[in-house]
Amino acid sequence: MSEPANGSSAPRTTIEVRKPGLSTTIQDGGRSGYYHLGIPPSGALDQYSLAAANGLVGNDTDAAALEIVYMGPELAFTGPAVVAVAGAGIAPRVNGSDRPLWESFEVADGDVLDFDYLKDGARAYLAVSGGLDTRVDLGSRATYVIGSLGGVDGRPIAEGDVLPVGAGGAGRPGLVVPSDLRPAMSKDVEVRVVMGLYDHRLTDKGRATFLDTTWTLTPVADRMGFRYGGGELETVDREPPFGAGQDPSNIVDAPYPIGSIQVPGGVEPIVLHRDAVSGGGYMMVATVISGDLDVVAQSAPRTRTRFVEVDLETALGIRADRRRRLAALHDALS
Amino acid sequence: MSARYSWGGDEFVFVELAEEMSLQANFKAVAITNLLRDERPDGILEICPANASYQVRYDPDVLDPHTLLAHLKDIETRVGDALGVTLPCRVVEIPVLYQDPWTTETLMRFRDRHQDPDATDIEYAARINGFAGVEEFIAAHSGSPWFTSMVGFVAGLPFKYQMVPRERQIIVPKYVRPRTDTPKQTVGYGGCFSCIYSVRGAGGYQMFGITPAPIYDPRQTKPDFTEHKVFMRSGDMVKFRQIDRDEYDDLQATAEAGRYRITARDVDFDLQPFLDDPDGYNKRLLEVLA
Repeated sequence: MSEPANGSSAPRTTIEVRKPGLSTTIQDGGRSGYYHLGIPPSGALDQYSLAAANGLVGNDTDAAALEIVYMGPELAFTGPAVVAVAGAGIAPRVNGSDRPLWESFEVADGDVLDFDYLKDGARAYLAVSGGLDTRVDLGSRATYVIGSLGGVDGRPIAEGDVLPVGAGGAGRPGLVVPSDLRPAMSKDVEVRVVMGLYDHRLTDKGRATFLDTTWTLTPVADRMGFRYGGGELETVDREPPFGAGQDPSNIVDAPYPIGSIQVPGGVEPIVLHRDAVSGGGYMMVATVISGDLDVVAQSAPRTRTRFVEVDLETALGIRADRRRRLAALHDALS
Repeated sequence: MSARYSWGGDEFVFVELAEEMSLQANFKAVAITNLLRDERPDGILEICPANASYQVRYDPDVLDPHTLLAHLKDIETRVGDALGVTLPCRVVEIPVLYQDPWTTETLMRFRDRHQDPDATDIEYAARINGFAGVEEFIAAHSGSPWFTSMVGFVAGLPFKYQMVPRERQIIVPKYVRPRTDTPKQTVGYGGCFSCIYSVRGAGGYQMFGITPAPIYDPRQTKPDFTEHKVFMRSGDMVKFRQIDRDEYDDLQATAEAGRYRITARDVDFDLQPFLDDPDGYNKRLLEVLA
């Protein structure tokens, strides 16, 4: 385990990991300024649900919390804490008794927190008042496994880990996120995209296929990227540029925006998420708008997905709406 | 050639400087992004130069996208063909044990994903590039320096483009299907790029050898990493030096003891004199390693 960032003699609540869950990682708002070295932002894939969980327990929006995917961990508390779970429908239990999602509640010294089965969505966020006080790498506690950064020794939590909780938590139980400020979790989603990057490599037919197909999320869906099946995109014939490679989907290795959609071989589009590889040699044809990365994050395999084209001005309007929604969330919880 | 600008959603601008790879296109990417870094307007979050392109991540709530776009186009005009630009760079020496036991063991496990299952990666690369044999191929690979044209893919991994005329560039396709494993510090090859795998993991590049030099240190305990976790930077000119197993074992022991220092020298690099006489320019450049 890592030492707390600021040592203090007062006894601190810690969380002992009894069972880690499927791939539970410590995530926060992510890191910025290192993507040119191949170090991606990381952080919670669903930033809105992270903000909600943190808001419920009185933390800053981007404090470190546990990101739970598909299957929850079993955790024992060594002291009292106020906690909340937001995001996917993975309901928490304390000593076997159900607790609500989207609502803050107390746990006592010795309590064991575990989770029910996943009912909808894909990723839930467990925030603890005071935040998780694990190692900071490059300005963030976010776990980036490939680069061994953040988290617990740069990896998902494991049985036996002891997670320190930050001091000064101001959370109180019984706060609730109003239902109109909870995102809908659906197996049929629309994800808004700005076309561009290398979309000129597609024929009109290939472009129409991309936008008209109802894609199905495959099991290859993790923090790095989400891969979809359902069609093949027709590309424009060309003489390969020097250094690009022979496949029609190859380009001279280029930087990949977060949210960009690459289509290796013209099949199975991949949406890169916050642990993205920072560049590579496949054509990208569109980019998911920043707010809808939360929708992708809550997609479980077999989610039916339509990519809906918007222009930049529309994307900025949606971004402003999202900012107002986050402000409303903040107001509702303060 | 004029750059092509594209929005990458609401937070990225993507700029392709050339469709095909060239040292000049990369030089422009580095020169433009260096200027942008110096002038850095508020709201810029990431500046990522790549081989023949670059991208910028920004916060559109702080920096208007169209204002940023105009700024980038203005910088493009000022940089022009980049022939008059001098870049502060480093010459870096990386020792390589070619055909080492570890990448050889790994490549044998993935023969079913390779174009030529009956040859090793380096035998295949030597053959399709018309070399008489592996030793002649190694002489070409380690004979001229490589310009670090992009850092990325995963943490700290450098892409390198050989500083020779196009007709002498080595071209090797990537694996037919990517491997699920690559040893840390493998010297790899895909398309016209050499790379050094900074961490163990999946990969599609051909594997030629391994270096004992650590290039990524997330805990920053090693002497080359007191200021940064990542050693390689865009613009590093890397000279591969072939070593034998005895020297590899010595250097590896030094690395494991946490004492390995990569040889690196600061130099200024000018594109035009290089393009006029690549071999002569490289020869003078590499004298700093002597």
